[in-house]
Amino acid sequence: MKNILRSTIALLSVLVVFTSCDNASKSNSGALSSSAAEKVYVAPGEHDEFYAFISGGFSGQLSVYGLPSGRLFKVIPVFSQDAEKAYGYNEETKPMLNTSHGFVPWDDSHHPDISQTNGVVDGRWVFINGNNTPRIARIDLSTFETAEIIEVPNSAGNHSSSFVTENSEYVVAGTRFSIPIPQKDMPIKDYKGNFKGALSFISIDPEHGHMDIKFQLIMPGFDYDLSHPGRGKSHGWFFFTTYNTEEASTLMEVNASQNDKDFIAAVNWKKIEEYVNNGGGTMMPANYAHNVYDEATHSATSTMKDEVRVVNPLDVPGAVYFLPTPKSPHGCDVDPSGEYIVGNGKLSANLTVHSFTKMLDAIANNKVAGDAYGIPILNFEDVLAGVVEQPGLGPLHTEFDGKGNAYTTFFISSEVVKWKLGSWEVVDRQPCYYSVGHLMIPGGNSQKPFGKYVLAMNKITKDRYLPTGPEVTQSAQLYDISGEKMELLLDFPTVGEPHYAAGCPADLVKPRSKKLFKLEDNKHPYATLNEADTKVVRDGKTVHIYMTTIRSHFAPDNIEGIKVGDKVYFHITNLEQDYDVPHGVSMIGANTSELLIMPGQTETFLWEPKKIGVWPFYCTDFCSALHQEMQGYVRVSPANSNTPLKWSLGEDIE
Amino acid sequence: MKKALNIAMVLFVSLLISCGGKEEKKKQGFSYEKKAPTEQKTKKVESVPASKKIDLENKGIGPISSMSLSSEINQTMVTHGADVFKRMCTACHRADKKFIGPSPKNILTRRSPEWVMNMILNPDEMVQKDPLAKALLIEFNGSPMANQNLSEEDARAVLEYFRTLK
Repeated sequence: MKNILRSTIALLSVLVVFTSCDNASKSNSGALSSSAAEKVYVAPGEHDEFYAFISGGFSGQLSVYGLPSGRLFKVIPVFSQDAEKAYGYNEETKPMLNTSHGFVPWDDSHHPDISQTNGVVDGRWVFINGNNTPRIARIDLSTFETAEIIEVPNSAGNHSSSFVTENSEYVVAGTRFSIPIPQKDMPIKDYKGNFKGALSFISIDPEHGHMDIKFQLIMPGFDYDLSHPGRGKSHGWFFFTTYNTEEASTLMEVNASQNDKDFIAAVNWKKIEEYVNNGGGTMMPANYAHNVYDEATHSATSTMKDEVRVVNPLDVPGAVYFLPTPKSPHGCDVDPSGEYIVGNGKLSANLTVHSFTKMLDAIANNKVAGDAYGIPILNFEDVLAGVVEQPGLGPLHTEFDGKGNAYTTFFISSEVVKWKLGSWEVVDRQPCYYSVGHLMIPGGNSQKPFGKYVLAMNKITKDRYLPTGPEVTQSAQLYDISGEKMELLLDFPTVGEPHYAAGCPADLVKPRSKKLFKLEDNKHPYATLNEADTKVVRDGKTVHIYMTTIRSHFAPDNIEGIKVGDKVYFHITNLEQDYDVPHGVSMIGANTSELLIMPGQTETFLWEPKKIGVWPFYCTDFCSALHQEMQGYVRVSPANSNTPLKWSLGEDIE
Repeated sequence: MKKALNIAMVLFVSLLISCGGKEEKKKQGFSYEKKAPTEQKTKKVESVPASKKIDLENKGIGPISSMSLSSEINQTMVTHGADVFKRMCTACHRADKKFIGPSPKNILTRRSPEWVMNMILNPDEMVQKDPLAKALLIEFNGSPMANQNLSEEDARAVLEYFRTLK
């Protein structure tokens, strides 16, 4: 009886516990489902919904993050050498950084943009501009590597770049600094009227993505700050913001802020394309590098080009107009329908929105208010769609959610402001921490944005993270924009200064992502496709080592007959044919970086031995349980010695 | 109870003694350290290593569940298989001798053809789950069988080539 009573009590108490547990979990899940943490939590082993390609700013690179988690997957080297991946250090990729100024190991990367088909992002390529030594790069999203870089002549401070048209016909690069075209030795004070600004239209081969400068529009000497393509109804036009229409060359913060209105330049590129296709424009001498990486040879080649086609806008009537826009506009953003062109006047209290329809109407009715160097200026009131009144301080850039809302960043008041297209009313505002620059909605620069999140990129973080000395991280902040009000979800550090980003659904890119390079497709001139073909070849003072790697050895791993003063090229082919099995290699004292060789790939580094001895090399990427055994020796003899050239694996050389 | 205490006492004392003994050996140190591995080695040598073990029933784990070999050797396949073997396998396997991995010589007297195919086509899962593959991984110092992503056709040709290695 006692027992029965006891077990009953036990049973009851268990039940009570269960019920209370049930209650607790119910209320918990209720609270959790609305929590920011849950919205950004991507469980271990699961994948993010979006890719975000965030510019690395003064690092010169492009970083790849997942959204909503904010996890960093890769930093793709683009304009700067990257010792981790041997980019710009190995013999294969050194030509990628060649320019008309010689080898330039760094740049300032700003505005990534994803290729489009029919006005929708297609996830094939990302384009990004090098700001300092003007260049445009194309990153292939099947390999996540820089596939091509073209230098932009007649340009300086390549800032209003690199934005693609809605069928990836062109990637457009506009100059920030106007300069003498062609360059010449002249007094700086003679800037006004003599300096020019080049807007470059670079055609994209639809199949391979190869870039070629179709034409450069030689514009008046303003600063061309940002740009965006028309789309839908405005497809065929391109819009550029300008500042310094004062044409000042000194104390710009005062002298370039005098005019009440600067311009948005509206360029009918279809019209100019037609003009050029009919032989219009003139070829002018130029000197610029075109660097292409070939996936079959795993090598880049750099070609110098010696001329470029330039077009005087006055020679193509009806192709270029100026739309007056208040106070040094920065971002130049076109809504998904192609009707509204937002000029983010960074010194203006209001946000100016132009109407494409009204612009066409003003052009048709010849409502011209004046001209600048012969280019017609339309009347402000005739093209104005509306004004967002006093939404914040220092508007920089606007993106769209595809549901009739626009989101603008305000640098000075450090916030994102949501407003409605058409009614121009402010709906919501959220603070940024701190000093936000651009923002990004995946697919934002297209007809079809994926309006679930907006990512704000901040210049300053101050107290937001653990301090790291005087230099602290920049950051990005993720907001949920699926509801009427924005909700801050996440705050994460970024690589370099994140100027701008481009995003797209992961499913666009994931299925095309390469896993390895097939050995049979390897056309590298120094490839070694099986171990039996490994060898060492001397040609005067140059030695070529044809080496292979597989878990876990180098072939050969003992080499003798190298002499002080030789130039020794290690051409290493990774024979692995399995996903995620790269091998690395480094040689003691080599004045270069390691190599990181993907399965099926061949890479080369140069070693110039300076001392006699027996010097080891080893695998730098942990490849297997026997990674520590993956090592070898090179014997270096005096320059005048007779040590015979020999190599081996698995047996003594002599 | 007394008995238990006695037993505990005896145990304790013997523990003490054995401990003392051990310590003494440690002082001699070297010879003790040397002895132990020798003993273990002799034990190991007595058991058949995985590479010598014969198991024609085990079909392994992977895409090939059953296959039959015709009595005639297909020479076209042998030529193709020898080429694939040279390109994809010789970094670790030599036809006539043990190298990084075992030699494939006479492999079909020790393994079923299915097992060989699965080891080529599905090595990652094999070395995790198949008892023979697991033992081989250990026997060959943890050197993993690399997945060279051969097609089934290429793997079959390699197998045909193995039939000629005697």
